[in-house]
Amino acid sequence: MILTLHAYWGARGCAILQPYDMRVGAGTFHPATTLRSLGPEPWNVAYVQPSRRPTDGRYGENPNRLQHYYQYQVILKPSPADLQEQYLGSLVAIGIDPLLHDIRFVEDDWESPTLGAWGLGWEVWCDGMEVTQFTYFQQMGGFDCKPVAGELTYGLERLAMYIQNVDNVYDLRFSDPVGDVPGVSYGDVFLENERQFSKWNFEVADTDSLFAGFKAAEAECQRAIAANVPLAAYDQAIEASHLFNLLQARGVISVQERANYMARVRDLAKGSCKAWIDSQSDAWTAKYPGWTL
Amino acid sequence: MTDFLLELRSEEIPARMQAGARAELDKLFRAQMAAAGIDVGDLSIWSTPRRLALIAKNLPDATAAVSEELKGPRSSAPPQALEGFLRKTGLTQDQLEDRDGVYFAVIDKPGRATAEVLAEAIPAIIRAFAWPKSMRWGKDSASSESLRWVRPLSGIVAIFGEELIPCEIGGVASGYATRGHRFHCPGEITIGSASDYAEKLRACHVIVDHEERQTIIRDGAAKAAADAGLTLVADEGLVIENAGLTEWPVPLLGRFDEAFLEVPPEVIQLTARVNQKYFVVNDAAGKLANGFVCTANIDAVDGGAEIVAGNRKVLAARLSDARFFWEQDRKTALADHAKKLDRITFHEKLGTVADKVERVAKLAEWLASAGIVPNCDPALARQAAELAKADLVTEMVGEFPELQGLMGGYYARAEGLGDAVADAIRDHYKPVGQGDDVPTAPVTVAVALADKLDTLSSFFLYDMVPTGSKDPFALRRAAIGVLELLTKNNIRVALNWALTFPMTGVLGRSVGLDAFEGAMGLVQAFENAGRSLSEGEKLQLIEEAKDRALAGPFRDELLDNVLDPARAKLISFFADRLKVQQREAGVRHDLIDAVFALGGEDDLVRLLARVKALQAFMASDDGANLLAGYKRAANILKQADISVAPAKAGAAGGLRSDAGEAPPAAPAFAGATDVDRALLAALDTAEPAASAAVTDERFTDAMAALASLRAPIDAFFDGVMVNDPNEAVRAYRLGLLARFTGAVHGVADFSKIEG
Repeated sequence: MILTLHAYWGARGCAILQPYDMRVGAGTFHPATTLRSLGPEPWNVAYVQPSRRPTDGRYGENPNRLQHYYQYQVILKPSPADLQEQYLGSLVAIGIDPLLHDIRFVEDDWESPTLGAWGLGWEVWCDGMEVTQFTYFQQMGGFDCKPVAGELTYGLERLAMYIQNVDNVYDLRFSDPVGDVPGVSYGDVFLENERQFSKWNFEVADTDSLFAGFKAAEAECQRAIAANVPLAAYDQAIEASHLFNLLQARGVISVQERANYMARVRDLAKGSCKAWIDSQSDAWTAKYPGWTL
Repeated sequence: MTDFLLELRSEEIPARMQAGARAELDKLFRAQMAAAGIDVGDLSIWSTPRRLALIAKNLPDATAAVSEELKGPRSSAPPQALEGFLRKTGLTQDQLEDRDGVYFAVIDKPGRATAEVLAEAIPAIIRAFAWPKSMRWGKDSASSESLRWVRPLSGIVAIFGEELIPCEIGGVASGYATRGHRFHCPGEITIGSASDYAEKLRACHVIVDHEERQTIIRDGAAKAAADAGLTLVADEGLVIENAGLTEWPVPLLGRFDEAFLEVPPEVIQLTARVNQKYFVVNDAAGKLANGFVCTANIDAVDGGAEIVAGNRKVLAARLSDARFFWEQDRKTALADHAKKLDRITFHEKLGTVADKVERVAKLAEWLASAGIVPNCDPALARQAAELAKADLVTEMVGEFPELQGLMGGYYARAEGLGDAVADAIRDHYKPVGQGDDVPTAPVTVAVALADKLDTLSSFFLYDMVPTGSKDPFALRRAAIGVLELLTKNNIRVALNWALTFPMTGVLGRSVGLDAFEGAMGLVQAFENAGRSLSEGEKLQLIEEAKDRALAGPFRDELLDNVLDPARAKLISFFADRLKVQQREAGVRHDLIDAVFALGGEDDLVRLLARVKALQAFMASDDGANLLAGYKRAANILKQADISVAPAKAGAAGGLRSDAGEAPPAAPAFAGATDVDRALLAALDTAEPAASAAVTDERFTDAMAALASLRAPIDAFFDGVMVNDPNEAVRAYRLGLLARFTGAVHGVADFSKIEG
C-alpha cells in the first residue's frame, strides 16, 4: 500500500521523503511540512511518518487505538486545483472503488494549538470511517501560508484494515508467507511494543526527568533560535512537544497547567517558524519579487 | 422577460453552513438587483454539498430608463452656488432648465441591459459573500488579497435566457459547463438554460433541490425501517444534515449486535447521531432496536451491502467503546467517583468542583429544612446534591459531555439508589433555558435550585458578571432557570435571604483559605526561627486564624462591602431576567420595574402576582385615569420641589421588614373646600385598605382601593387650584397631593409606568 502511494504521488511530481528521525505526534510535525509550508516556494512531497501519541495507548487491548502508528503524509504547495480528484485517484489506486464504497468529505477544521497552525478541510469518510484528514493550511506557526498548501494525512492502519477486511489492527497481514518463510502480522511486530510502551507512558516514565527534559529542550530551542539555526531549534520544539505529551500520559499536568504548557510549546514552534522565515526571506523575496509575509 | 440561472460550484460546503449560504445568496442577489432598479420576484435557491444555485424567473431584459430631476439654486444666487450645483450634476449651465428663476437639472439615465448588470453583480456577490469561516487556496493565495470562499470555488454557471453572462473572479470564468455527481457522472455537462438545469443534473445523479433530498431521506429512512418491521426515530436535524452531505441520498438500514442494547438508549442514539450521523430505530414496543439507518451518497453497484457492512463495523467500534465506558463506570460507586471532583477546577477563583458540590449540598439541605422547597427530605436533598456532579469524572461523560446528569441518573439507579435521588441527579441541570422542562419533584427542585443559586452567588461575589453579549458562564441561563423553578413551583422565598446563605458559604471558604495560608506562613516563620510547632499547635493556630478572619469587625466589613453590593447587583440581575422571562407571557416590563422600584420586594412569586394585578388595573379605565392624575400630581410636586418619596411597600417575610415611612400629614385645615375634604376622606379610607390588602397579598383589592381615589383626584384637579395665592392653602394642597402619591406608591411606583 505504501509502495502504491509512493508510486502514485511520485508520478504526480512529489519528492518521496523518509520519516523524520524524531518522536513526533503526527506527520504534520515533520519539518518538511511545518517549516516548508511557509514561504513562496513550490513544495511537493510525500512520506510515511511514524507517530506517537502516548495518551492513546491501550496496552494492546483495543482493536484500533495505538500509541504508535503510521501516517502517510502528502504536502502540495500551492494546493493544486484538482487536489480532490488527485486524492480520490489515490484511493482507487490502493483498491477502494468509489462506486462500491461511500466516500464523503465531511467538515472538519484542523487546528494544532501546539504548532499555532490551522486550516480548513474535511475528514474523508469511507463507509462512515474516517480514513484521511484533508486540509488547506491557512496558518502555520502563527504566520499566514502564502501560498496555501494542501495536506493529506492518510491513516495507514485504518486503510489497511479496510482493504484487508479485518476488524482488529493486530490481525493485519504485514507480509504474506513465502515458501517456508511464515507471514507476519501487525500484532507479531507491534503488540508487545504497545503493551510495554503503554505501561511506560502511563506508569513508569520518570516524571522528574521528563520535566527536566522539557525545560532543557525549551532552553536549547531558545538558544538555537538566538544562534539563527532554526532547523535545530525546531528539533527541540518537537522534543518539548513530545515530552509534554508524555507528562500528560503520566497524569501529572493539571487542567490549568495544561494550557500553560501548550502555550510554551507553541511559543517554541512559533519562534522556530519565525527564525526559519527570517533566515529564508531574503532568498524568497529575491526569487519571488512581490512576495511579502 | 427572461430567466436567469446562477450556479456557484465549490468543493464540499459544510452541511451546517448551507442554509445560511442560501439566505446570503438571496439577500445579496436582491440587493444587487435593487441597486440596478431591477424587480425580482420569487427566487429559487438551492444547495448541495458542491453547489449553490439560484434561478430568477422573468427578469426584464433591460432596466427602465429613468429621468431624474434635481432642484438647483435660484438663478439669482451667487455664482459659487451654481458652480457647486454644476459640479455635483456634471452638467454645463446651458443644460440646466430655468423654471421661474430656479435652476433644474434633468438627468436622463438610459436603461441598461440586464445581462450587463448581471455580469457586474456576480463577482460583487461572490466578493461580498459572508461565510462563517472562509479560506484562501491555490496559486493566488500567495497574495493576501486573493479571493476567499468557504472551500475552493471551482466553477460558475451564469446563463440569462440562453445567453452566457461572461464574468471572471479568482481565476474562475463563467461558462455553460458544470459537473454531475462526483462518482456517478464525473465528467462535464452542459447546461442550456435555467429551464433544463435541475433535470440535466438529475440525469447526472444530482438532486439539486435540498428540500427534495430532505424528503427522500425522511421518507426513505422511514421506509427502510418500516420494511424491517421497525419505526424510525424521527430526527429533523439529521434529515437536514444528511441532505447537506449528499447529492444523491440513499438511506440504507443496517443492524448492530443486540448485545449492545444493554447500554442506555440515549448513549446509543447519541453515538450514532453525533459521530456517524445515523438515525436509530424503535421496535414495535417503542423500545430502541438494534438497527440504524445511514444515508449513502451513491447507488452502489452491489445495492449497498458493502456500505452497510462498513458502517456497521464503524458503529460497532463506537458502541464497544461506549459499552466499555458503561461497564467501567459502574465498577465505581458514584460516591467514589465524586471524590475525584477535587481534581476538576470549577473556576480558578472559586476552587474545585468538589468545593462547589459541598456548598450546593449544604444549600440544598437548607432549602429543604427551612421549608423553602416544601415537602422535601433534607437528607435526600443533601445526598442527591453530593452525587449530582459525580458523573463528570466518568468515562462516558468524558466522551459525551452532553450526557452529564443523565448518566449520573443511570449510575445512581444501577447502584440501587432511590428514584427521588436518581431523578434529582438526572434532572438537576434543568431547566436549561426558557422552554425546557421545569422539574417539580421536591428533591430535584432543591438540588437544581441550589446548584444555580450557588453558581450565580459565586460569580457575582467575584464580580464576574455578564456584559453585553458576553456571558461565558451562562449566568443569564442560570438566572432564568431559578425564575422558572420558583414561579412554576410557586416557591415563596425572599431572594435576599436565599442568597445570603450561598454567598456567605463562598465568602467563608475564600476567607478561610486566605487565613489558612496566612497561618501556614506563620508556622513557617516559627520554624525559620528555630521553634518547631507540634501538629496540635499548628492546627490550633490555623483554626484561630480562620475564626478571627470570619468574626468581629472583619466579618461586618465583609458583609457590608462585599456581600451586600453583590447581592443587590444579583437581585437587579434577576429583575432584568424576570422582564425577559415574562415578556413572552405578555407582562409589561415597566410594571415589573414599578413594583421592583419600591425596594424590599424580593419574593418573585409575590412580585409577579402584584405585577399581574397592576397590569389588569392599568388596562382599566380607572387605572389609566389614576395614572394621569398621578403624573399630574407628581409634576406639581416636582415644581414645588417636594420629593415624591415612594413609601416602602414592606415585604413581609423578607429580611428588610422596615415599614414604610408615614406619609406626609395633611391635617384638617380651615381653608379646605368640599373637594379638598372629599379627597382627604378618600385617602383616609383608601390608604389603610390598600396597605392591608398588600400585606394580605390581596393585590386586586389593593388596586380597587386605589381605584376609589380616581374620582376624588379628578374632582380635585377640576375643582381647585393647587397653587393658590394664599400660601397656607397652597401648602395644604401640596400636602394632600404628597399624601396621594404616597398612597399610590404603597402599591407600586407609578413614576416607572409608561404611558
